[in-house]
Amino acid sequence: MKLTRRELLKTTAVVAAATAAGMSVPRELEAAAKHTEAGWRWDKAVCRFCGTGCGIMVATKGDRIVAVKGDPAAPVNMGLNCIKGYFNAKIIYGADRLTEPLMRVNAKGEFDKKGKFRPITWKRAFEEMAKQFKKYYSQLGPTGVAVFGSGQYTVQEGYAAAKLMKAGFRSNNIDPNARLCMASAVAAFIETFGIDEPAGNYDDMHHSDTIVLWGANMAEMHPVLWSKITNRKLSDTKRVRVVNLTTFSNRCSNLADIEVVIKPNTDLAIQNYLLREIVYNRPQAIDGDFVNQNCIFATGYVDIGYGLRPQTDHPKYKKAELDTASREAFKIITKDEAIAMGTLGFKEGDKMEMKHAGQAGNHWAISFEDFKKGLEPYTLDFVAALAKGDPDESLESFKKKLTALADLYTEKDRKVVSFWTMGFNQHVRGTWVNEQVYAIHLLLGKQSQPGNGAFSLTGQPSACGTAREVGTFAHRLPADMVVMNPKHRAMSEKIWKVPEGTLNPVVGSHFIKILRDLEDGKIRWAWVQVNNPWQNANNANHWIAAAREMDNFIVVSDAYPSISAKVADLILPAAMIFEKWGAYGNAERRTQHWRQQVTPIGKAMSDTWQTVEFAKHFTLADVWKEWKINDTNTLPDVRSKAREMGYKDSDTLYDVLFANKEAKGYAWPDPIGKGFLNSEAAGDKRNVEGFKGYGFFLQKYLWEEYRKFGIDHAHDLADFDTYHKVRGLRWPVVDGKETLWRFNAEYDPYAKKENHGKFAFYGPAGKEIPKGDLSGPKGEDKVKLPNKAKIFLRHYIDPAEIPDTEYPLWLCTGRVLEHWHTGTMTMRVPELYRAVPEALCYMSAGDAKKNSFKDGDLIWIESRRGKVKARVETRGRNLPPQGLVFIPFFDEQVLINKVTLDATCPISKEPDFKKCAVKVYKA
Amino acid sequence: MPSMRGYRFMFFRRISQTAIIGLFLGGHLLGWQVLQGNLSSSWLLHTVPLADPFAVLQMFATRHVVATEALIGGLIIALFFGLLAGRSFCSWVCPLNMVTDAAGWLGEKAGLIHPGKSPVISRKTRYGVIGVSLAVSLSTGLAAFEWISPIAMLHRGIIFGMGMGWTLVLAVFFFDLFVQRDGFCGHLCPLGGFYALITGFSLIRIRHDKEKCTLCRKCLDICPEQQVLPMIGQISSAVTSGECTNCGRCIEVCNDHAMKFGIRFSPAKQRTRIA
Amino acid sequence: MPERRKFLLTMARGVGAATIGGLAWTGFLDGKKAYPTVLRPPGAAPEKDFLATCTKCGLCVTACPYQALILAKPGDERPIGTPYFRMREAPCRMCRDIPCTVSCPTGALDRSLVSEKDDHGNMMLDVNKTRIGLAVIDRETCIAFWGIQCDTCYRTCPLIDKAVTIEYLRNERTGKHTIMAPVVHSDHCTGCGMCERACVTKKASIFVLPRELAMGESSARYVKGWESTDEERISDAPEDTTTVTPRSEKPPLDYLNKGDL
Repeated sequence: MKLTRRELLKTTAVVAAATAAGMSVPRELEAAAKHTEAGWRWDKAVCRFCGTGCGIMVATKGDRIVAVKGDPAAPVNMGLNCIKGYFNAKIIYGADRLTEPLMRVNAKGEFDKKGKFRPITWKRAFEEMAKQFKKYYSQLGPTGVAVFGSGQYTVQEGYAAAKLMKAGFRSNNIDPNARLCMASAVAAFIETFGIDEPAGNYDDMHHSDTIVLWGANMAEMHPVLWSKITNRKLSDTKRVRVVNLTTFSNRCSNLADIEVVIKPNTDLAIQNYLLREIVYNRPQAIDGDFVNQNCIFATGYVDIGYGLRPQTDHPKYKKAELDTASREAFKIITKDEAIAMGTLGFKEGDKMEMKHAGQAGNHWAISFEDFKKGLEPYTLDFVAALAKGDPDESLESFKKKLTALADLYTEKDRKVVSFWTMGFNQHVRGTWVNEQVYAIHLLLGKQSQPGNGAFSLTGQPSACGTAREVGTFAHRLPADMVVMNPKHRAMSEKIWKVPEGTLNPVVGSHFIKILRDLEDGKIRWAWVQVNNPWQNANNANHWIAAAREMDNFIVVSDAYPSISAKVADLILPAAMIFEKWGAYGNAERRTQHWRQQVTPIGKAMSDTWQTVEFAKHFTLADVWKEWKINDTNTLPDVRSKAREMGYKDSDTLYDVLFANKEAKGYAWPDPIGKGFLNSEAAGDKRNVEGFKGYGFFLQKYLWEEYRKFGIDHAHDLADFDTYHKVRGLRWPVVDGKETLWRFNAEYDPYAKKENHGKFAFYGPAGKEIPKGDLSGPKGEDKVKLPNKAKIFLRHYIDPAEIPDTEYPLWLCTGRVLEHWHTGTMTMRVPELYRAVPEALCYMSAGDAKKNSFKDGDLIWIESRRGKVKARVETRGRNLPPQGLVFIPFFDEQVLINKVTLDATCPISKEPDFKKCAVKVYKA
Repeated sequence: MPSMRGYRFMFFRRISQTAIIGLFLGGHLLGWQVLQGNLSSSWLLHTVPLADPFAVLQMFATRHVVATEALIGGLIIALFFGLLAGRSFCSWVCPLNMVTDAAGWLGEKAGLIHPGKSPVISRKTRYGVIGVSLAVSLSTGLAAFEWISPIAMLHRGIIFGMGMGWTLVLAVFFFDLFVQRDGFCGHLCPLGGFYALITGFSLIRIRHDKEKCTLCRKCLDICPEQQVLPMIGQISSAVTSGECTNCGRCIEVCNDHAMKFGIRFSPAKQRTRIA
Repeated sequence: MPERRKFLLTMARGVGAATIGGLAWTGFLDGKKAYPTVLRPPGAAPEKDFLATCTKCGLCVTACPYQALILAKPGDERPIGTPYFRMREAPCRMCRDIPCTVSCPTGALDRSLVSEKDDHGNMMLDVNKTRIGLAVIDRETCIAFWGIQCDTCYRTCPLIDKAVTIEYLRNERTGKHTIMAPVVHSDHCTGCGMCERACVTKKASIFVLPRELAMGESSARYVKGWESTDEERISDAPEDTTTVTPRSEKPPLDYLNKGDL
């Protein structure tokens, strides 16, 4: 049978789509497909990179990935990709893939912190790792060890790691790099709605009339979604409006009708201006019924610090850092802050003691009148003068833009979606700015409807699916549960089949705190998984020194040698995305699974395998004894209860947590994996150190057990096999159906069940709060707010560090389209490397001229914490206003996080990568 | 130590030749500002322009406007060699001289080419080549010799990358080795010819002292341009021909101190006249 | 007279040799002029003048702070000793002070071609006037035209939104996405080649060609009625407006009086 080229392409697509969807293919076509694709097997998978979650098809031949294509049947991207996705086939074959475990050893081959890396066996690696773990664990207890997790974990990897840490080692010191990107979004979701993750989905982009970007450079960071928004704009250029609020001109401004360049941190003030405008000048825009039925007003403390070290004279601070560090204890109220927080009684020059740094998340209900009173100072004049980010723009022009923005939000029948990413989340008041945008939407009744809503975009491919839903955070358990809640612990213990009281109720160290604890010697054993903390965490000089100079043991699992691997003591070679079974959850709650396509390179093994293997080195006697956590908390000895449950003291954590009876019920081979590898279940052709497989379908077991947490808790996920037949489903998946708009009774079965009218903000967290007024909670009474969302009043405050005469510029960091995060993968794709070989310092022509810099000049960018060299670029894709420089963080040679400040949002503990003060001078 | 003494000018010439290349190379790779560019045109100490006067002449022939910097640079070089240093460019500056000297040395050792054997080509050919260079420059609008010059090829090659340029240099080497001793420099090279034409009146000269000469003919054997030494054993005088490259080989081989560096107008000259 | 005869013979031989040599030489050099794809440094005079005046000194190559300029070696298939770019490997970074042009001692790189009069009438360097060539896009292989969100060329362009812009085309296949197609504008493109280097396709789908090769030329007798500045384009059109075709080349009387009906 001869096919023309066009027919051939068509046929291939039909077969690929049909096969993956589990449909039968017409006989004739099937034969043709096999013939034309001689030796190529196509299977569906997910793009490795961002939170968009594009579906791809992967072709394998000879146990190698030979090609990828966008999956035309994938609803998100319908066959399209961005250029990172375009190179999925090339990311796993970099010449310097790590292929065997490497350890720092001395001449005798013993571990030596000051030794050089030498190849060792997996057996030796795990033995040393366990020996070191036991040493520090017995010295310091469960708080002395930690795991750096990831928003790029597969669901199963994250679940296995969290289970081992929390149920096995009874430690809550597992925190993902998602802390660095989504924690503020999470905190605001929980505080506002009582449940995590967006109400809407990507269809909002097709339904809305107005797209407002608040600190999201979607053109580069979510390119496929940006192409959807652009399509919407093109479909009705007269009606559809796009607004880009940003601290520097970026590629989104190209499409935007209004570009608003703002001063860093003043998004808070602009939101308050919008709220004030609505409440004072356009009360008719308020959706009274919606607000009365579904919302209450709330506020919280303002004196909550900046998430810096509580000890402001910490001995590890350099002298230059002390001034900024002191802001954690107090700050002097500036003129602008005095106006903004005038209703709280602050005056310029007052000393604000950060009295509530420990209760940053506490909040209480207030009346609408108080809410209104609190907004009074945020007049157009005040906010415009405060927030205008481009000194070369006139105040009048800026005011016009703010008014136009208010017009768009408040126009009746105009649908509005607000998007944001790191501009909001990486913010010393990240939780607040997230909450404020919900406040606007809630007040206007423009939330949880097609084309209407505030939509938090996700950076990482599984920040939602793994980090958040599985709960690989220091305070979380799966399905939005938290370790502080005894009911949540009890439920988790039940599903995990571990004795009551096993789980540790004390919140562990968050990402930045783990690094600080390493520096303080409070944590002395750390395992890095799917992550590069020594490049991606702020104020890196401290952490590099802590890793290399302190008495500790750092394990890094990675596919490529990164900076983190370089500072480690033991490096474990990790299998990459298509070398293992996995699942990711994207920004619109869509869960997507894929099969293992090829055998991993060298002796690399998946992170799941590594976690499970490590568990073999610990018996219950080692870990389930009594542990003192702090002065008030002691974990009980649960071994007798364990024995009652039928466990023996000599059982290993592997036996109990991973290779238990239930797990062994998931047989391998399984029809869903027919013709596919499963290195964990059955080993593979490499026979890595004799590993023949566990004999059961580990990934399916982990999935099915994990799924139990969410069922009937508004986090329902479908069963394992279903996901292998469809192009992802948006949870909650109830009765086999996905949910498009949450909290909307028309779409969300959970909202319908509440019988609360059209909407029900049923999230269970924080639904009982004190009452109070602007000054604080009053009395003991608590108000219950079932099915209600909170509209927060949050005030403008200056960030921890602002430019001054010595450090006159703002530094903002971020990404470029061509590279993924720290560049570990994309800097190894020749085309992407050539496209953007180095991180540039984007600067305004005015600042360059002021400093006599030419484009391409190598300059120092120096803060109170450190300095790096980069080349000046004034003509590039990003055009900062005078007073701000932007440097992406993908380039290890320009390790910009040596310069950034480790201030965080005190509520979410997410660090602020978008603002600190620097000076620049010729190198 | 006759051996050292026998090569003392050669030693300094090699130093001079390599130092000039070294300065150019440093100028290109390391940003030294002593000499930047190459022998075609360059900047001395970032302020004085220098240029190959023959290249400038060819540029005139192309009927293109020549930039002032190149003009001044060409003039400086022409005056330097023409009034002062003689045709020493060929033996003290030109990097190809090392190649042709090597060919000459090897040819003699191997007995391939004997000095004084009947020449294959005339020494006047170079003047013909000058004429043709200028004619071709005129007709093509391109500075003709600059496109095929093995000197430029070698010199540029060392500084900016050789590419296939070594083939031409090797061709010159073999030509000198197998076909004609001093074939390129002494017979064909129009740049050498050009310098010969403009340096007939330069100050620095080799001088011959007939009184000391024992007629051993070593100077004539070693000289790459023997025709400039008709005075040997005949009269005491300066070597006045522009074709002499001031290489000093004759001085080195003369055991009788009958040759030395001097200047054109010396008391010795008057003495000779009186005699 | 054998002496005289010998002299004449030598002369004749010499002239003959010179003629042959000169002709061969001319032929060789003529070939050197036929390198239509060579990309010259900023401010390069038109190729013919450039080749005549470039002394191959390499000062421009030395001056380039990015080691982007190459001095052609034999075997490079470019005129030997002359400076050129290989954009895929090292494009021009468009230094504002144009050190390569400024360093040229012979005027082969002519700074007046990359200068603009400032407010005081002084000639100031303006690197945006550089015309190394023109970027050309192969729409068949350019993945942006497939709908892939790439546009690396656009983002890397030093004259972003001027020399390269994005044309938004709705993706009719998906109905939900946009094809963001890069478009090059010859009135701003300097031919710096940053796009060619950055292009992520196997062989660059956007590449710089000398402008004479890359550009057409529209009629000097039609002005875009919808563009007020288009008239400038034809301001130096020749005064002779006569047109000739094979049909009109015969004078009317010749046509009318001669030939068959």
